[in-house]
Amino acid sequence: MSAIDTAALPAPNFLARDDSLIAWLTTRDHKRIAILYTLGITFFFFLGGAAATLVRLNLIEPTGTLLSAATYNKSFTFHGVVMVWFFLLPSIPVTLGNFLLPLMIGARDLAFPRINLASWYLYMLGGLFTIAALLAGGVDTGWTFYTPFSTMFANSNVYLVVIGVFVAGFSTIFTGLNFIVTTHTMRMPGLTWFRLPLFVWAMYTVSLVMVLATPVLAMTLALIGLERGAGVGIFDPALGGDPLLFQHLFWFYSHPAVYIMILPAMGVISEIVACFARRRVFGYTFMTYSMLGIGAVGFLVWGHHMFVSGQSLYAGIIFSLLSFCVAVPSAIKVFNWTATLHKGDISFDAPMLYALGFIGLFMFGGMTGLILAAPALDVPLHDTYFVIAHFHYVMVGGSVMAYLGGIHYWWPKITGRLYSEGWARFAAILMFFGFNLTFFPQYMLGYLGMPRRYHSYLPEYQLLNILSSAGASILAVAYLLPIAYLLWSLRYGARAGDNPWNARGLEWQTSSPPPLENFTRRPTVREAYAYDETAP
Amino acid sequence: MNGLHLMPPVASSVAPRLDALFWFAVALCAVVALGVFATIVFLAVRYRRGSNASRAGGSGRTLTIELSWTFVSFALFIALFLWSLFLFTELHTPPRDAQTIYIVAKQWMWKTQHPGGQREINTLHVPLGKPMRLIMTSQDVIHSFYVPAFRVKQDVLPGRYTQLWFTATRAGTFPLFCTQYCGLDHAQMIGSVVVMAPADYAHWLRRQGTPSTLAQTGAALFRSRGCSGCHGTNAAVHAPELHGLFGRAVHLSDGSTVIADERYLRDSIMLPNLQIVAGFAPIMPSFAGQLDEDEVLALVAYLKSLATPEQDLGASP
Amino acid sequence: MSDAATVAADHGHDGIEEHFDDASQQREAAAFGMWVFLATEILFFGVLFASYTICRVLYPQGFAVASRHTDLVLGTIETVVLLTSSTLVMLGLRALQLDRRRAATALLGSTAALGFAFLVLHGFEYYREYTERLIPGLNFHQEGPQARAVELFFCLYYAITGFHSLHVLIGATLILILTVRVARGAFGPRRHTTVELTALYWHLVDIVWLFVFPLIYLIGRAG
Repeated sequence: MSAIDTAALPAPNFLARDDSLIAWLTTRDHKRIAILYTLGITFFFFLGGAAATLVRLNLIEPTGTLLSAATYNKSFTFHGVVMVWFFLLPSIPVTLGNFLLPLMIGARDLAFPRINLASWYLYMLGGLFTIAALLAGGVDTGWTFYTPFSTMFANSNVYLVVIGVFVAGFSTIFTGLNFIVTTHTMRMPGLTWFRLPLFVWAMYTVSLVMVLATPVLAMTLALIGLERGAGVGIFDPALGGDPLLFQHLFWFYSHPAVYIMILPAMGVISEIVACFARRRVFGYTFMTYSMLGIGAVGFLVWGHHMFVSGQSLYAGIIFSLLSFCVAVPSAIKVFNWTATLHKGDISFDAPMLYALGFIGLFMFGGMTGLILAAPALDVPLHDTYFVIAHFHYVMVGGSVMAYLGGIHYWWPKITGRLYSEGWARFAAILMFFGFNLTFFPQYMLGYLGMPRRYHSYLPEYQLLNILSSAGASILAVAYLLPIAYLLWSLRYGARAGDNPWNARGLEWQTSSPPPLENFTRRPTVREAYAYDETAP
Repeated sequence: MNGLHLMPPVASSVAPRLDALFWFAVALCAVVALGVFATIVFLAVRYRRGSNASRAGGSGRTLTIELSWTFVSFALFIALFLWSLFLFTELHTPPRDAQTIYIVAKQWMWKTQHPGGQREINTLHVPLGKPMRLIMTSQDVIHSFYVPAFRVKQDVLPGRYTQLWFTATRAGTFPLFCTQYCGLDHAQMIGSVVVMAPADYAHWLRRQGTPSTLAQTGAALFRSRGCSGCHGTNAAVHAPELHGLFGRAVHLSDGSTVIADERYLRDSIMLPNLQIVAGFAPIMPSFAGQLDEDEVLALVAYLKSLATPEQDLGASP
Repeated sequence: MSDAATVAADHGHDGIEEHFDDASQQREAAAFGMWVFLATEILFFGVLFASYTICRVLYPQGFAVASRHTDLVLGTIETVVLLTSSTLVMLGLRALQLDRRRAATALLGSTAALGFAFLVLHGFEYYREYTERLIPGLNFHQEGPQARAVELFFCLYYAITGFHSLHVLIGATLILILTVRVARGAFGPRRHTTVELTALYWHLVDIVWLFVFPLIYLIGRAG
C-alpha cells in the first residue's frame, strides 16, 4: 500500500492508519475490505480476459489452428466461470457497495464487519480452487456444467471448479445478508426509505436476489458433485434421472444471477447521471419499484434459456410471456435516465461518458434479449453467436462500463486523488468503439448460423470473426489504460477535496478519503439528489 | 472467403415467416433505440453545461408520461410475443402426413436412419416439398440438431426422444451443426442436409441398396431378443397386446392414461417399471444396456408398423 | 444527541460493537441477520425437497417400496428427540432470561446432548442401511423391478439426511459451547442475544426434520 502517498493525505483517514500487511488482512473496516476486493476483482478480470484473448486469437482462422480443441474448450469454460462468478457477480457490490453503503446511509460500518472480512476470504479461497482446477489441467464443460456431460463424461477437475464456485457462493450470501441487515437497521435518523439514493436501493434489491438465489446454486453444484462421486442418478437418464432437471435447477439460479449483475450497475448509473446532469433522477419512485420488480420477476423467467431443450410447448409460452414482462421495468429505467437529462446542466466527464455508453449498449443488448425471448426466434438463434453478442452487450457494455464509471466517479472519494480526465475520456471512448467492433459482428454471425463454443468454423464466417477479434484487441488496450492512469494518480494525481464533482449524497459530506469511522461530523439528510438546491 | 451475407439461405417453408418476424423485431428495436439515442443526443447537446437553453420550471407532472411509455412499450412487446407464439406453436406441430426419419446423435457424429432401412452418417437426404419429421435421441450427452437454412433447431437428449419437423423448399446442400456443447469435437460434429427433387430422392433411396427396412430390422430383433417370448401370439405369459398399440390410449396401473407414442414405446423397453399397464404385473425386464439406440429405434419402427391385428407377431415378414 | 456521541461511539466494555449506535440497534441487526440466514437455509434445502418431489412424482411405486426400507422406529425416536430438544432450548433461554443460571445450563446442556443423541441414532440407521446394501456409490445392490427407483430414493435420502445431520452437528456443537459459557456467567437476563439466535437456528434444524420425516419415512407406509 505504499504506492499511495499516505503521508501527504489528511491525517486520520482510513488509508493512513496502521499500514502493515497484517492490519490490512485482519481489517474489519468496510472501506479496506472494499479495496481488498478490488484487488481480487481486478486480478480475476484480467485472468478471465486472458482466456478470452486466447479464444479470440484462435477464432481468427476458421480451422482454429492456434489452439487444440481441448485447450480451446477449456479456455472458453475458464473465461465463463471466472468472469461470471469471480468478476461480474461480485464486482460492483463488493467494491463500490462495500465502500459506499455505510457512507450513503450515514453509518460507521456494515452490520457485521467480521462476516464481511470472512466473505473476502471465502471469495479468494473459491478463486484459489478455480485456479487449482486450471493448473490441474482445466475443465471443458462450459460454465453451464450441463449434465450428463459434466457428471459422466468430463474430467474430474470438475470437482475443483464446483467447490470453488460453491465457496464463492457463500461469500456472496454473506455479503447480501450484511447489506440487507445494514440497510434495514443502520440508516441514520431521518433517512427514510424513499430518501435513499438509488445506489442503496440497488444494493438492497440485489442483496435480496443474492440471498434467495445463491443457495439454489450451492445445492445444485453439490448435487453435481454427488452425482459424479456416488454415481447417483438424479440427472442421468441411464439411471432413470432427468438431465433437464439439472437445467431447471441451474437456470433457476443463473437467471436471477444476471439480474445480480445488472441491478448494481443500474444503481451506479443513476448516481452518475444525476450528478453530471445536475438533476434529480426522473421518476424516483418508478425507478425503485422497477428495481424491485426486476428482482422479483427475474425469478420467474428461467425457462427462456430452455426453449429448445425439450421442455414443453406450454412452459415455453409462459416463460416467454414473463420474459417480456420483465423487460418493461428495464425499459422504464432507460427512459427515466434519458429524461433526467432534460433541463439539466450536463458535463461529459469520464464517469458520464461511461454512463451514456451504458445506456446505449444496455438498451441495445436488452432489446436483443427481447428477440431471444420470442421462442420462435430463439429456435434459430439459441446457442449461436447471437446469444453471445446479446449477453456481452448487457454484461460488458452494461455492467463493466457501469463498474468502470463507478470506479472513476468515486475514485477521488476512495483514494483522495484525481485521475487524468483526458486519458479517462479517451479510454472510455476507445472502449465504446472497441466493444462495438468486437460484439456487433457477432449478432450477424449468430443469425447466419455460427454456433457457439466452436473451436473451428465454416470459412464463410471468417470475415466477421476477424472484425470481432480486431475489436477485441482494441478493447484490451482500452481496459489496460485505466490500470495505468489510475495507478499513476495514486502517487502523482492532484489531491481531491471532499466533493470534487459537487455531488449530493452523504458520502460527499466527509473527507476524501474518509476517516476510519466515516464521518467526523454528522452529515445532513435531505431529499435524494437535491441538485436544484444551491448549497452542496 | 465469401461475400457478406446477412442471412442463411431461405430453404424451408417456415424460414420466410421467421425472417419476417425477425426483421419486424429488429425494426422495433431499431425504432426504440434510435428514438432513445436521438433523444439523448438532442438533450445532451441542448442542455450541455454552459448552453443558453432555459432550465426554468421543473419537469412538470410526470405520471402521464411515465405511464404512457410504459404501456406503449408493453403493447409493442406483447405484439412481438403473440406473433412469435403462433410461429412457435407451428414449429412444434408437425403435419399429420410428415414422413419420419430417425436420428441418433453420438459424440461426435450424426447417424440417420430412413424407414426403408437406408442409413447415413453425418448426411441427411430429404425430398423437396414434403414435410419431414425427425425423431431424435442421443447415445451419450445432450446434442442439438440445427440447420440454419431451415431455421430449425432441437436439443437431442439421451434417454428421451425429441422431435423436429420441416418442409424443405429449396434443393441443395445445407450445413447441419451440433449446437449444444458436447465435448472435445463438438465443432467437428457438422453434417449436411441434402434436399433433392422427389424423383431424385426416390432414385437415391433405391441406389442405397435394399437392406431390410427399419421395421424389418426391428422384427428380427423382436424375435432374437426374446420379445416374442412374452408378447407373441402364443406366449404363455400375460403381456400387453402390441397390435395397433402405437397412437392408442393406454390405461396405466396408477389410474392415468397416456398415448402410446415413440417415447412410450422406448420407455416401455428401457424403463418398463416407469409406467405399468393396468391389469398387468410389473415383470417385464429392462433392456437398458442391452440394446443401443439404433436397435431401439428399429423396434419402435416395427411396433409402429403393427397397425392391424391380423399381422402375426413374431412371424417372418 | 451530540455529534461526538453519534459519530465516535466509544462503547468501552459494555459489549456493544463500535459501529452500532446502541444496544438495541445491535440486537435488532443480529436478530434480523439470523432470520435472513435462515431464509437462505430454507432455499438451500428447498432444492433437495424440490428434486425429491419431482422424482417421487416420476416413480411413485418405486419410492413407496424404497421408503419401507427406512427404519420407522429409529426415525420416530429421532423426531421425538429433536422436538424435545427444541422445547428444552426454549426453556433454557427462558431460564436465562429469569437469571436462573443453573437451570439454564442444565437445559442447554440437555439440548446439546439430545442433538448428539440424534446423530448417534442416525448413525445406527446408516449402519443398518450399509449392512442391507442400500448405499449408492458404495455397495448398493437391490433386486426387483423397482431397483432403479429405490437407488434414486436413497441417493436423495443420503443427500437430505446428510446435509441435515451436518446442520444438527453444527447446531449441537454451538449449543454445547454456549452451555459452557452460560455456566461461566457470560450471559444473563440482559445479555442473551447470542443464545436466542442460536436457539432460532436450532428451531430451523428441527423444522427441516419435520419435513424430512414424513417425506422419507412415512410415504410408503400409508395403507
